Amino acid sequence: MILNENQKMIRQMARDFAASKLAPIAAEIDRSGEFPETTVKEMGALGFLGLAVPEAYGGVDSDITSYALVVEEISRVCGSHGLTVAAHNSLGCWPIAHLGSDAQKQAWLPGAATGEHLLSFGLTEAGAGSDAGGTRTTAVRDGDQWVLNGTKMWITNSHYAGAIVITAKTDLEAEGSRGISAFVVPTDTPGFTVEKKEDKLGMRASDTAPLTLEDVRLPADALLGEEGGGFKYFMMTLDGGRISIAAVALGLAVGAFDTARVYAQERHQFGRPIASFQAIEFMLADMATQIEAARQLTYEACRLKDVGESFGHMAAMAKLHASETAMFVTDRAIQILGGYGYTTEYPAERFYRDAKLCTIGEGTSEIQRMVIGRHVLTD
Amino acid sequence: MQFELSEQQRMIRDMARDFANREIVPIAAELDAEERFPKEIVKQMGELGFMGMNVPEKWGGAGLDMVCYALAMEEVSRACASCGVIMSVNNSLVCWPLETYGDDAQREKFLKPLAQGKLLGAYCLSEPGAGTDAASQSTTAKLDGDTWVLNGMKNFITNGANADVLIVFAQTDPALKHKGIAAFIVEATAEGFSVIRKEEKMGIRASDTAQLAFDNVRVPADQLLGQVGQGFKVAMSTLDGGRIGIASQALGVSAAAYEAARLYSLQREQFGRPIAKFQAIQWKIADMATRLEAARLLTWRAAWAKDQGGRYSEEAAMAKLYASEASHFITNEAVQVFGGNGYSKEYPVERHFRDAKITEIYEGTSEAQRMVISALELKK
Repeated sequence: MILNENQKMIRQMARDFAASKLAPIAAEIDRSGEFPETTVKEMGALGFLGLAVPEAYGGVDSDITSYALVVEEISRVCGSHGLTVAAHNSLGCWPIAHLGSDAQKQAWLPGAATGEHLLSFGLTEAGAGSDAGGTRTTAVRDGDQWVLNGTKMWITNSHYAGAIVITAKTDLEAEGSRGISAFVVPTDTPGFTVEKKEDKLGMRASDTAPLTLEDVRLPADALLGEEGGGFKYFMMTLDGGRISIAAVALGLAVGAFDTARVYAQERHQFGRPIASFQAIEFMLADMATQIEAARQLTYEACRLKDVGESFGHMAAMAKLHASETAMFVTDRAIQILGGYGYTTEYPAERFYRDAKLCTIGEGTSEIQRMVIGRHVLTD
Repeated sequence: MQFELSEQQRMIRDMARDFANREIVPIAAELDAEERFPKEIVKQMGELGFMGMNVPEKWGGAGLDMVCYALAMEEVSRACASCGVIMSVNNSLVCWPLETYGDDAQREKFLKPLAQGKLLGAYCLSEPGAGTDAASQSTTAKLDGDTWVLNGMKNFITNGANADVLIVFAQTDPALKHKGIAAFIVEATAEGFSVIRKEEKMGIRASDTAQLAFDNVRVPADQLLGQVGQGFKVAMSTLDGGRIGIASQALGVSAAAYEAARLYSLQREQFGRPIAKFQAIQWKIADMATRLEAARLLTWRAAWAKDQGGRYSEEAAMAKLYASEASHFITNEAVQVFGGNGYSKEYPVERHFRDAKITEIYEGTSEAQRMVISALELKK
């Protein structure tokens, strides 16, 4: 894929920002697990938080390719920032921008685009992970209000979100994935609680928390799109989300690869740079090849979405391959760095821990294989 | 050929399992989170005879065979890989060379308390510039009257900040390269010895890994271990045994992750049934179980080969290579079976995943094992 001037420009902007603002703090926020509010706000000022927001609502309304380039460049330096931007744009802003009413857009998108607040997406539950249709949270009509009850899990950005799109069962009689609707829930609504942040293997500076909804009363116009459209909406949202995770994974792989490539040329053992040993040279060759394949799949998924073609299967392939590539490449990077790779002095081990999220979040690798398998069997 | 463990081997395994379940499992997550060196566990392992398992009883050890050691290492590491490596270093890398290359005075003074767990040992071979290329030692030892004077720096030393006794490798004649290396017994109380820093690591966080400095450290001549010029042989032969320890550690981490994933897959329901009912999960279980078993058999064969008294370098390298890569595979799949829960510190599989990675690096990276194996294979 050939990038246009605009895409190259935005990539350069993200690269410069990541190098100057994120590289100095990435190791520290991983250690402390602190959410980087200051740099997230700065990303708002640069427009990175409004990539999925129409210009009429203060956003940049970029093409998906540009968006993926931004996520890749940021993740190349810091996975936590990458995940924060990715979840905000594709899971938080996108459904409101594409499915929301004018009032909903007016209420939430301008603040989201500037980084005044984030937006977030509440789908997963304790008993509804890969089986997202198994939603137990309920929304019951009471006069012209909706009353929501239930719990959600692993919700990214929730402590910093102004509103969260929540999926809930509105037709309690309906079986399986039917009868689910989506609501825009302001996080200051009484009865709505964002619980304690999760302590995670990686992506430690990204904000992941469970939510509790206890008699959360919402006006009728809090419904997103049509009643009963929830399953369709979240499947559409996740298709886009998978491009995001593919871009995060790609960035992590590139970051780890750069570290390993430089180290292999500097580190001497047996009187010469270890890069001159075929075992190391071949590792680097495999890493580079896997990265390039992941990049092409990711950009191709972006292109299909940008031109309005069906892209779900390609997004799943990109997500599957890029996340497994991130695991492979970050692991090989640690191996090339040897003992140093296992310490926090070098970023390889952080990239490795961060990469593991990509084979799990927004549909595990197993779910991607289900999506791809069904596509190839029905095509 | 027979695949049965002896009565004694089964007894040791059960004892280690009971001990690990009772004393280590309840605190393992906390040790990891706090990066706390488990002094109380090390003391208890000493009392059980786990700190000098293969050392003859007359030198303070338990006088058990290598298979018993592999079994106990697996059980301790199943609970906590950090406790496993502390034990492995003391047994394989410190007690073994002292017993094998030491004289009776050294055995009496150092081996006995180390094997009893009253003192803790460390093995100082790696340097900033000498990792896989261990022969490129730049630490020096010069004879001054009847004392050796050591100068240099050692890197990534397990137990480095907690050890009482250190086996230190140094160059007595740099012109002779690896034939000019000697091994020394250094006490941590020696003047000029210092801990520069402790590494912050991805895993095995309760075990300390330190960078050490030797600044004109004076070592009495009778603390030379083996002969001058014999050091590289001491180092390499010691690592052969160490690899069986690390293979067993990897095995323990794998066994813990596998068992957790197996149980979770039977309990966790999605799409209206336990996820163990899905073929994708069943195949993961099959692959994990097969690699775990292959790793265990390779490890036990290496331990058995050492007990037979012949050469076992290749068996040990194969066991270490395979068991560590299996551990990587198994812990990664275990996190995957757990999904989001696997990524959280609420369940132990994320710790197993972090701990497993070190087994592919220390006591010879996987690349170093492949060098050993291919060199021996190509010489046949």
